[in-house]
Amino acid sequence: MNELQQTAKDLLEKNAVAVVIGYGMGSEPSLRRAVFVRKPDQAPQLIFDESCRQNLAFYVLKPEVKALGKAAVVARTPTLRTLLQLATENQITDESVVALPVGNGSVQPLTNFAAIEQYLANVPRGFTAQEQQELAAIKSKTLADRWAFWKSELSRCIKCYACRAACPMCYCSKCIVEVNQPQWVPVPSDMLGNLEWNVIRAMHLAGRCISCGSCADACPAHIRIDLLNQLLATEAMQQFGAEPGLSVRKDYALATFKPTDKEEFIR
Amino acid sequence: MNESKIILKKSLGEWFNMMTAGGYRVVGPVGQDGQIDFEPVTSPDAVRFDHVQTNNSGKWVMFPRYEAMMRFRLSGKEVQAGEIPPQAPPTVLFGAHPCDAASLATLNAVFTWDSSDAYFEPKLANTTIIGLSCTKGDSYCFCTSVGGGPGDTRGSDVLLTPLDGEKFLAEILTEKGKSVVGLAPQLFSAADGTSKEAALAKIPARFNHRDVTAKLPSLFPKEDVWKEQSLRCLGCGACAYVCPTCSCFDIQDERDRYTGVRIRCWDSCGFGLFTLHASNHNPRHKQSERWRQRVMHKFSYQPERLNVLGCVGCGRCSRSCPVDMNLGEHVAALAEIKV
Amino acid sequence: MTAANLYIPYQMRIDKVTEEAPGVKTFRLGFVNKDDEGRFSFKAGQFGEYSVYGEGESTFCIASPPTRKGYIECTFRQMGRVTTALADRDEGDIVGFRGPYGNIFPIDEWAGKNLLFIAGGIALPPMRCVIWNCLDLRDRYQDVTIIYGARTVADLVYKHELAEWENRSDVKLFTTVDPGGQTPDWKGKVGFVPTILEQVAPSSVNTIAIVCGPPIMIKLTMPVLAKLGFKPEAIYTTLENRMKCGVGKCGRCNVGKVYVCKDGPVFTLAQLNQLPPEY
Repeated sequence: MNELQQTAKDLLEKNAVAVVIGYGMGSEPSLRRAVFVRKPDQAPQLIFDESCRQNLAFYVLKPEVKALGKAAVVARTPTLRTLLQLATENQITDESVVALPVGNGSVQPLTNFAAIEQYLANVPRGFTAQEQQELAAIKSKTLADRWAFWKSELSRCIKCYACRAACPMCYCSKCIVEVNQPQWVPVPSDMLGNLEWNVIRAMHLAGRCISCGSCADACPAHIRIDLLNQLLATEAMQQFGAEPGLSVRKDYALATFKPTDKEEFIR
Repeated sequence: MNESKIILKKSLGEWFNMMTAGGYRVVGPVGQDGQIDFEPVTSPDAVRFDHVQTNNSGKWVMFPRYEAMMRFRLSGKEVQAGEIPPQAPPTVLFGAHPCDAASLATLNAVFTWDSSDAYFEPKLANTTIIGLSCTKGDSYCFCTSVGGGPGDTRGSDVLLTPLDGEKFLAEILTEKGKSVVGLAPQLFSAADGTSKEAALAKIPARFNHRDVTAKLPSLFPKEDVWKEQSLRCLGCGACAYVCPTCSCFDIQDERDRYTGVRIRCWDSCGFGLFTLHASNHNPRHKQSERWRQRVMHKFSYQPERLNVLGCVGCGRCSRSCPVDMNLGEHVAALAEIKV
Repeated sequence: MTAANLYIPYQMRIDKVTEEAPGVKTFRLGFVNKDDEGRFSFKAGQFGEYSVYGEGESTFCIASPPTRKGYIECTFRQMGRVTTALADRDEGDIVGFRGPYGNIFPIDEWAGKNLLFIAGGIALPPMRCVIWNCLDLRDRYQDVTIIYGARTVADLVYKHELAEWENRSDVKLFTTVDPGGQTPDWKGKVGFVPTILEQVAPSSVNTIAIVCGPPIMIKLTMPVLAKLGFKPEAIYTTLENRMKCGVGKCGRCNVGKVYVCKDGPVFTLAQLNQLPPEY
């Protein structure tokens, strides 16, 4: 048994948690899927490798998973940051979830937000070289080319809302697309409906999205919505100094107004 | 009727030209690996012959993502309302695999079992399916578990089977098939008893769908089974929207100040809103109940009620699922449960 | 509605608006096109899709009886986008109607029997259709008893018709409001519908019970009926699942393999007992 499996087993044996949300084998040798380990002897199911990409923080909020009891969640860096942002937004309380950090050495259970903050302080942040390259490529396009790019991307959207479903920050009990008095977003997956949906979602995530990439991974049409979020994340950082998910603080960009706020993003 | 001929791959271009000249819109699988979809095409050069499966199914030809049914002119409370007549351009759906061709029977059953559907029926009537047998499959394919197969002719008007890189066996199966072949009869030569079997993919059966259909009503109350299978389900609509047989829809009005349309558009039983009452009561409140509905609908309700299976084993739902909900695997697991 | 395209509604003119209770209105609708009126017929228990053009469609029963020709009525509570738009319409405005859809109350089979109607709140409208239908054919039936309850006196719908039934010697009417919902001059009963049913204790001999109401009322009423000796085959109710098409295609109203829009909305308790508990 590796360290992750042993840690999970210990937590379950000690009844410190009722379930360990982690990654296990998927239906293809290369695929991983979320598993919900509830018995110590099931801990060997847990896997962690490069193929484990889903942001498991989603399950911390899912009612059916919540009903299982206190959870430990196998957490890559984006998942840890998501937990802190969820805490910032009062969606989870301190010590209600245990994070099992993976990908950076030892799997030492992080049992409270302070521990996660401390852990993240030593983790390099910012976009990867590839992400930066992709962002730069979009930014260097002319306005017309950019529009053409997004039009082509979004024309494939079938409004299945897999992006929203996969996103742990999309926890609204009533999403804007479900509000129909007035009907803000057209229901069908036509061009206007697709554009409004994806832009509204990106705007609502500005300054909150921790760029885990789960939305793009989830998209059955392979639309690069993650780029939209990353562009806005860059914008939010430049305009408001907002870098979400590094600490539990109550002044994240979307929920704060300062008289000194720049308004350059409205043009 | 069932007549077999040979057509050379290099002759397809001319056949396409004749179909286009004959007034058909030809829709076929195009795109790059990872994103292949059915789109209008003018030449077979763009068409993919080597893919396992398109991302989306071709159901949009008969049942588009959204379709306007009425148009309104609005001025305060004054309204002029008019029907938008159904559009049904003569279409050839080229290169649909046997699973997709088989899905038409399910769609047809849903839309016509009790009353006619002015938007679906003319499209189906005006669509000719030139199917393409499968020479390869992947681990998600389970057509042979649901009564189909890689060379199954059901639903196709013509079924092409690639015999080698150069030629296809063309089985001409219906009057519609005869018509499209008749556009360029000179391109088709005698098949002389050539068999397609050797060219077909081998797809192992994972379960017996009749056993599953018989067993499902007794599995309905086993909440733990459904809960366990669906714990990782995100509750999105990807599986339903890429599915060739999923046909649940919504009817919605869209309007600005002066004009409006009534549309019908795809909907999915995976969404909580799907069955939510105005009173806030929801008969399928939990995701596990919605997952159960999806499986029961396809493998129990539709076979019992409409005499068609709601699944053709194309595997798209499972390939598209963000969290690897694998329908073939889960139904096979249900089949194993002792009741 | 053209024969060819069932998604296109009849054009209906609102001939009369009645305020029934806070947020609850009744519309009397007449056919704009007289040919439509000639073609149209329905039976008690059926429903339709009512639409405000540009806002959408909403599903309600036809609340008037088929014995009253030339119009249909619907009673609705303002809840969502469509009912809010509908509530905003006035006499003379045009709305759409598709229908009639669904099955019926088998009132012919009930001939010679006693009828016991039990309704709660906004569920009187589906019942009102069949009550009037039976009262218009009064000679066919034995005793007619109606038990109707609402949260408060203000929430009682069809107040003028309740008064009419009250005054008829061939109808036994019991109206009730939930405890605390009564006004100083309230002359009816106070208590929940199942409690009042137990007090009234109608005989189950040769009697058909028709029950419409919120799920909780139905749930608590069924055991009382059982105690009174009603067999599941003699108890009728309606299911109100969400619908879009109304004609068995859109896929959301099913309970098991049963389409509420085609096989319902009227079910006997015996039939409901055969269905998975998903309604």
